[in-house]
Amino acid sequence: MQRYSFFSLARNALSQHEGWQRAWRSPPLKNEYDVVIVGAGGHGLSTAYHLAKEHGVTNVAVIEKGWLGGGNTARNTHTIRSNYLRDVSIRFHDVSVKLYEQLSRELNYNILFSQRSMIDLIQSWGKLRDLRRRSLAMALHGPDYQLISVNDLQRRIPAMGDLSGVRLPPLAGMVHPDGAMARHDAVAWSYARAADARGVEIHQHTEVTGFTFAANGAISGVETNRGVVRARKVALATAGNTSHVIARAGLNLPLVTRNLQAFVSEPVKPIIDVIVNCPDIGLYVMQSDKGELVIGGGTDPIPSYRQGCHFSTFEDVVASLVELFPRFKNLKMLRQWGGAIEFAYDASPIISATSIAGLLVSTGWYGGFKSIPVGGLTYAHLIATGQPHSLAEAFGLDRFTGLRFLLEAGTVAQR
Amino acid sequence: MTASRLAEGGAIDRTKPISFSFDGMSLSGFAGDTLASALLANDVMVVGRSFKLHRPRGLFGAGYDDPGSMVERLGPRPATNQLATTTTLDNHGVYRSVGTWPNARRDLGAVAQLFSRFLPAGFYYKTFMWPTWHLFEPFIRGAAGLGRVPGADVWEPVSESRFGACDVMVIGAGPAGLGAALVAGRSGASVILVDDGSAPGGRLSGDGGDPQGWAERSWQELGAMPNVRLLPNSTAWGYHEHHLITVLERDPRDAAGLDLRNWKIRAAEVIVAAGALERPIPFANHDRPGVMLASAVRTWLGRFGVRAGQRAVVFANNVSAYGTALALSRAGAGVTVVDARAEPEVEAISALTAANIGLIRGSHVCKAYGRGRVEAVDVIDGRGRVSRLTCDLVAVSGGWNPTFHMASQTREARSVWHEDLATFVAAHGPAGFRLAGAARAEFDPAGCAMDGARAAADALAVLGRKAPALEQPALLEPFVTRRVSPLWFVPPRKKGEKVFVDFSGDVTTDDVGLALREGFDSIELLKRYTTAGMGVDQGKSGHVNIIGIVGALTGATTQTVGTTTFRPPFVPVEFGAIAGQRNKARLYPWRHTPLTDWHIARGAVMYEAGLRWQRPGYYPLPGEDWAKAASREAKAVRETVGVYDGTPLGKFQLKGPDVPRLLDLLYISDFARLSPRRGKYGVMLSDDGLIMDDGVVFRLNEQQWLLHSSTGAADRVHQHIEQILQVHRPDWQLSLIPVTSQWANATLCGPMARRVLEALQPDFDVSREALPFMGMTEGLIGDIPVRVFRVSWTGEASFELNTPARHALALWERIMAAGQPFGITPVGSEANHILRVEAGYISTGHEVDGTSDAFDLGLGPLVSRTKPDFIGKRSMELRRLADPQRFELIGLLPVDPAKPVPEGAPLTPNGDKADQEGFVSACVMSVARGRVIALGLLRHGRARIGQTVHARVRNEIIPMTVVPPVFHDADRARVKS
Amino acid sequence: MLMLTCPWCGRRPEGEFVNLGEATRPRPVDPAALTDAEWTAYICDRQNIRGRHNERWWHVRGCNVVFVVARDTVTHQVFDTAADEAAP
Repeated sequence: MQRYSFFSLARNALSQHEGWQRAWRSPPLKNEYDVVIVGAGGHGLSTAYHLAKEHGVTNVAVIEKGWLGGGNTARNTHTIRSNYLRDVSIRFHDVSVKLYEQLSRELNYNILFSQRSMIDLIQSWGKLRDLRRRSLAMALHGPDYQLISVNDLQRRIPAMGDLSGVRLPPLAGMVHPDGAMARHDAVAWSYARAADARGVEIHQHTEVTGFTFAANGAISGVETNRGVVRARKVALATAGNTSHVIARAGLNLPLVTRNLQAFVSEPVKPIIDVIVNCPDIGLYVMQSDKGELVIGGGTDPIPSYRQGCHFSTFEDVVASLVELFPRFKNLKMLRQWGGAIEFAYDASPIISATSIAGLLVSTGWYGGFKSIPVGGLTYAHLIATGQPHSLAEAFGLDRFTGLRFLLEAGTVAQR
Repeated sequence: MTASRLAEGGAIDRTKPISFSFDGMSLSGFAGDTLASALLANDVMVVGRSFKLHRPRGLFGAGYDDPGSMVERLGPRPATNQLATTTTLDNHGVYRSVGTWPNARRDLGAVAQLFSRFLPAGFYYKTFMWPTWHLFEPFIRGAAGLGRVPGADVWEPVSESRFGACDVMVIGAGPAGLGAALVAGRSGASVILVDDGSAPGGRLSGDGGDPQGWAERSWQELGAMPNVRLLPNSTAWGYHEHHLITVLERDPRDAAGLDLRNWKIRAAEVIVAAGALERPIPFANHDRPGVMLASAVRTWLGRFGVRAGQRAVVFANNVSAYGTALALSRAGAGVTVVDARAEPEVEAISALTAANIGLIRGSHVCKAYGRGRVEAVDVIDGRGRVSRLTCDLVAVSGGWNPTFHMASQTREARSVWHEDLATFVAAHGPAGFRLAGAARAEFDPAGCAMDGARAAADALAVLGRKAPALEQPALLEPFVTRRVSPLWFVPPRKKGEKVFVDFSGDVTTDDVGLALREGFDSIELLKRYTTAGMGVDQGKSGHVNIIGIVGALTGATTQTVGTTTFRPPFVPVEFGAIAGQRNKARLYPWRHTPLTDWHIARGAVMYEAGLRWQRPGYYPLPGEDWAKAASREAKAVRETVGVYDGTPLGKFQLKGPDVPRLLDLLYISDFARLSPRRGKYGVMLSDDGLIMDDGVVFRLNEQQWLLHSSTGAADRVHQHIEQILQVHRPDWQLSLIPVTSQWANATLCGPMARRVLEALQPDFDVSREALPFMGMTEGLIGDIPVRVFRVSWTGEASFELNTPARHALALWERIMAAGQPFGITPVGSEANHILRVEAGYISTGHEVDGTSDAFDLGLGPLVSRTKPDFIGKRSMELRRLADPQRFELIGLLPVDPAKPVPEGAPLTPNGDKADQEGFVSACVMSVARGRVIALGLLRHGRARIGQTVHARVRNEIIPMTVVPPVFHDADRARVKS
Repeated sequence: MLMLTCPWCGRRPEGEFVNLGEATRPRPVDPAALTDAEWTAYICDRQNIRGRHNERWWHVRGCNVVFVVARDTVTHQVFDTAADEAAP
């Protein structure tokens, strides 16, 4: 792998940058691999990287129906955090944050990881109770999540207007110093480059159209628009489309796909330093390094794969935005988009074997960008060893057979 | 002075001068000017600096295709990131270039250019990793971003959001749009015609015939039709699901003081006649001020009477720019045309000859010179010979890209490569969506008008209306582009010379080449890696060039490279316009009980009680904080009598023979045998076996029942029951009516409650025998009808007095008067919380956190042993078998009786930093026990009564004794009294 | 912002309705007759179709009817509306 550094940049500048190599190869598609990973998004590529790195499994193809990182990795709002309630969830996401902290150097690719803190605005007593419970649970395991006063809120988010007249005046805030953002595309590219360097093949524009099975019912490969590819294990990392893909293997999962929209403003000079999240009114806003305000809210209230703007939800989010930040009324929206999020019945992730031997799924990612490093680490472990990683034992599909849901407080409505 | 205002011409009003300032210079313009046209008329060429390299940039387009003449408007209506080309010039307006210091002409940021060779596409991905990105990020953040957001309270636009509907909506009032609107309007159909300009006509020029006159007359005719609404200064910015089109209207004419209006329009038929945007031919340094799109040069002349230069080079690969050349020449500029084609159209050549304009054929402009403005260009011919032309203006035309953003937003229209025009045109589209004019490769104005008429006729046919014919207007345009020899860029002659393909992000052809070399070979990847097309113009001018360049560098055809998807918005839209009127009180309504005013007059601090209901939290007396007030109120209930406003409690009336069956399905307990005028507490599970809600059901009489839900769960319970009735058990005979806000509820509670009720002199018996716990009665208090329910949520004898909402205040005042001798105290939700914790009653959001079942919360005795089924039964049983490690409701007493524990505190083994074995769900200072008490959930809690457990609050360990979860009136004697 | 056709009230904007999700089969009359696997599948699993699927809507700010709509989850195109549980 060609090393990236200031010096290599300077050296290449002298040769008009003609010496840069491909970030990943474009090899011919073989007809057999040990493992086929379906979906070259963050999770699929991270999984491939960890398969190669920790388990020495390198005869791996990551196949992607579109372009690399073009699914939800391209469509999220790049937020990283670990403020959860359940012990397993806190540990899992805390490891992800820690992996992210090292990722640029580990992969030799600057993903512009920026730990700016996330601040939750608390605008109801119920939310105060929920988040305080979370913060105390997190304190057991490490990640910091501290209550701050309204005065501190206004000091740390000076862009907010006068709060006295707002519909739900903030009662307090919760600061999560680990809260971070990173350049989402770069996360996919960095893993792609690193996985490729370890021998993994990435095949874009290769769409799974079906599965092939051995006589014993186990999976034996995938059918694609480029022909049949045999594999001992097929691992889905098809955010948003898992139900759709796995239906071709005859399985039904406890998933619902919904649209989550986001939008950005035109770039402006720095005005918001932290990631502001307002769960009571369904709004979050942060400023990217480019200067754009990145804004989103809750998911749309209907099952959807549309990946667009559901106007009524969008209006709600914008109304909430200008309620707290009246000076943004004059800012302009530059771009908007939507991503297809799949929710498990209990709104927690699924990293699991399925009832078909050799077919595995990693799904149920809501805000899955934050879980890319740990999702890949644990999924790779499951694929390589057949056993769940100790961090992800709670995320198996088997939990649904006993209806032993992994519920975060405040997610009641997802069921 | 090279760019200057002409003595006549243009749609400006020379009798109305406007003074303004830009970057500290005092300048003047006229009414009708945009900021851009006024700057150009004042020969201000540098209007900003580029984002990355701070290269001087001028006006390139004349509308929203300009890739970045962003300014800040400091006054009179301060706003950031205003595109000079679409900003109406304000009198006494104060403008400043963005991101420059001290100003656009002399900008210190230009030092970045010295390092430009170290800043190729994606350079930041390759460096700034050591020691950490955090070290570099503040500098990058500070350097990025365009304008500054004006301070708070300076000026906020007044905006509204509004619905519109019509038979035919026409987007664009150029010849195609006017043709469509005329036909649709004359047919009598309701029409909305939207155009982003202040005047109709689109790109109609002033050459030959009377095109502008035709546009004006058509506009006036349409304006006089009662069935037509004209929306000038309005941009259709989004096509959304189910044919919803959003339009941003600026400074609406019909509403003084309104700055912005966002229209949400549903039209049966939509005709998009949005014209085309000219595309550039990038060459080295073609970003120098003074290099412009030919169409922009023509707009400056025609609409604003501004000649952008004295010595012009027109560089084109198609004939439309010849019109610009002639117009410039007529305006007195010296002009040379450089045509990339060896064989331009014969008529075009003769027109140039007649006007004495030089023509250089088969050649390219390959480099511009000058810094603050273009001073000369190099022209290279087919044999590589280079000559230099002195000039102060370069007008470029690389062909035209039909504006098919709206079609792209529908997702059903496909972009199709048009060989002759060398661009993408749109094909198909959803039902009710039509394209006219340039989008269908029609560039002749008269042809466009007729194509618009055709689109309208097609639309009217669907609507069952007859389309009147349109006489072909005389819109003579001698230079109509019908054939373009694609020229995506002119390669630089020397390595390192920069050819910008995207001004917004300073993306060069070298960057595109680098991205391809590195494997970012799909157009979407390339776009993201280089940021081409991601800037403020969202690739309006350059996106087809980039596709062409990728094709040229990879040997692929433009079709294979493919275009990217355009998403809303077509132009940047103010957030204020989208939010419209929705702020403060209008963001969403509060729900108030009829007693809110009374509570507030008594000094109550109001809380949201769920589902937007407002309820008193506590009524502080002077000097009291919430804790003191709550404690005093709770004490009054324990010792004498209190009264609270229970109106928000969810209430549902059920009627019909199958109500008992429904209740037996809904609740875990047996309800069928409940006799009239009796109530029963019930717990409802969702079908996955977890508690959804609890509440009391009363049987009012044989037929009628009243079901109570908790305040916050009312909507959920309503939906749950309706689904059962309409989906799962549609054959059952009963009706459900939500009556929450029909009935107000004043609840008397405390040892003196019954005596207060007696003092109210009801016409019914309130004795313990006549009105026992879980009993009910009805009657009059004076002239006020009431229903009284004996329910308790306080651990004291309670009487819920329900009355139709209109009587609430009168009843409440009588209660207060009657209760005065007993010291009646109004009670808020803080005191309610203390009382219910003491009594050990569960509460949603505390003990009921969405993860518990009935057994977990000690409600096992309520679970029916005889019913074969109720909702949640099967799942609850299944889960309890699979997962016996349940958290169970217990009481907790901190070993230190004065030690409050935060609600939500986790319980862990020995208070270690370890996995949770439970949590504190509620903790209060008990008035009944004079100490801190708590409720909690603990793994196997019921078996651990008497043990000591530990709450872990960050670094503090709080030992607590496990006790039964009831601290007051354990035998419920007081409740039943 | 969808436009939906209520079987009683006709074309109405989405704001009058609540989406009740995929039109799963009606609740089994005798849950005890199902195996554990069948029961958990009934509770949790969804077809989650990418394309045309049937879903329920509740006209809560209208006539209160719950009805089934066939809608494409990719384009959001609505095909048909049924007044009762018989899928369109």
